[in-house]
Amino acid sequence: MGNLLHCKDIVLGYEGKAVVSGLNFNISEGDYLCILGENGSGKSTLIKALLGLNKPLSGMMIQPAAMKAGDIGYLPQQTAIQRDFPASVREIVLSGCLPKCGLRPYYNKDEKKLAEDTMKRLGITELAGRCYRELSGGQQQRVLIARALCAAQKVLLLDEPVTGLDPKAQNELYELIAELNKSGVTIIMVSHDFAAATRYASHILHIGAHCQLFFGETADYLASDVGKIFAERDTHERTVTEDDR
Amino acid sequence: MTGDLAAKLQLYFSYPFVWYALIVGLLIALCSSLLGVTLVLKRFSYIGDGLSHVAFGAMAVAGLVGLTNDMYIVLPITVISAILLLRTGQNAKINGDAAIAMISVGALAVGYMLMNIFPSSANITGDVCTTLFGSTSILTLKETDVIVCIIMSVVVIASFLLFYHKIFAVTFDENFIRAAGVKANVYNLLIAVITAFIIVLAMNLVGSLLISALIIFPALSAMRVFKSFRGVIICSAVISVFCAGTGIFTSILCGTPVGSTIVAADMIVFFVFWGLSVLVRRKTQ
Repeated sequence: MGNLLHCKDIVLGYEGKAVVSGLNFNISEGDYLCILGENGSGKSTLIKALLGLNKPLSGMMIQPAAMKAGDIGYLPQQTAIQRDFPASVREIVLSGCLPKCGLRPYYNKDEKKLAEDTMKRLGITELAGRCYRELSGGQQQRVLIARALCAAQKVLLLDEPVTGLDPKAQNELYELIAELNKSGVTIIMVSHDFAAATRYASHILHIGAHCQLFFGETADYLASDVGKIFAERDTHERTVTEDDR
Repeated sequence: MTGDLAAKLQLYFSYPFVWYALIVGLLIALCSSLLGVTLVLKRFSYIGDGLSHVAFGAMAVAGLVGLTNDMYIVLPITVISAILLLRTGQNAKINGDAAIAMISVGALAVGYMLMNIFPSSANITGDVCTTLFGSTSILTLKETDVIVCIIMSVVVIASFLLFYHKIFAVTFDENFIRAAGVKANVYNLLIAVITAFIIVLAMNLVGSLLISALIIFPALSAMRVFKSFRGVIICSAVISVFCAGTGIFTSILCGTPVGSTIVAADMIVFFVFWGLSVLVRRKTQ
């Protein structure tokens, strides 16, 4: 298993102000890493750093020469613009090939074929001509994952992919991501869904207020003090919400 | 009656200035519809409006300096403002919409003041009205104006076609595109500059107050009915050219002001498309 990324004592922040510090973790090929953390713990700052959009304030981020900016397929959170965007599924998936074009104004045959193949792989071929805004939330996420896979085949970075989906669609999406992982795609997922993270991920990175609480394999996480505390809190929250229903 | 109209039209079209007006009008309509979808979807509809007010101010300055062709001043000022507006839109210190309101109202006030202090002709109110609402000036185009307009339209259309896929991607999802290593800011800048070009172009046809209508109405109409980005773009181009043609003919025949007639035609089409989309939705449900 090749190493994809090695982070040592990373401090992240904006304009010299640290948001989160002391991050130490590794990502290897084929991993399924779940990044857990409360809102405001610096998850989105970490995403930007992983994507190469924001340089760490200090520390070392070691990437093998084969990895460069744009090698991570990114699934951002949905924006308000996209909800009423008139575009067909094919147009959106194809736009994942844009970085390959460089200055060439139009897509070539290989890129169109890649888009078609990726749609087939994710089971959305029959949606190709449909309008994006008319799809269900789960279908929309599949389209965006297909686009991300067109941009980069090896690593996917998913930013809270199940937000706003109903439980059934959430499960389907988690299964799809697990399948992609089995077929060799390295997954980095940001989430605050404790139960799903510990069920599917191979590694957990837990960020607390401004510092790293845990990094390691999922089984070790569940056995650790941090993991136990959050497992308890999670079951408590679940019972509370179920009582509300 | 119809024979009368035909005879009237034939008479008008024996004059070259009517042909010029038609060519210029249709080209401007085509250009302005292309970026409309992007501006609406990126929530930039008001940038068009703001920029057109800036262009009004710039025109007043041009009149003050006494240039024979105000394009030399109006175009650079509008392009620079477009870039500045886009920058402030991304910077959180002043909200995008507040910045646009500030610049546009400021430019309008300064422009009107300059026109009054240094009047270039006796009829200031007439001048102001012309620049704001467009006027018969489209019927007084000279050959050089037509050539300038054709060159600018070709530049706008060519850059739109060359960067079509990039403009689509930047409009749909800037974050993704940036993460994939594409320089999204460059394309945002391109969109702003093309918008500025379109506005300066369209000043001639509909005047600065009505430009946003020309940019936005065809896009909104097309978005009611079509479901792919390409479909929406093509449809809005067709609507825009059709409305401009209808508007110009109507204004020649009925003596109505060109700009507002075109905008009225755009509005009618919008309501028709809106009705259509409601009907279609009812049927499918």
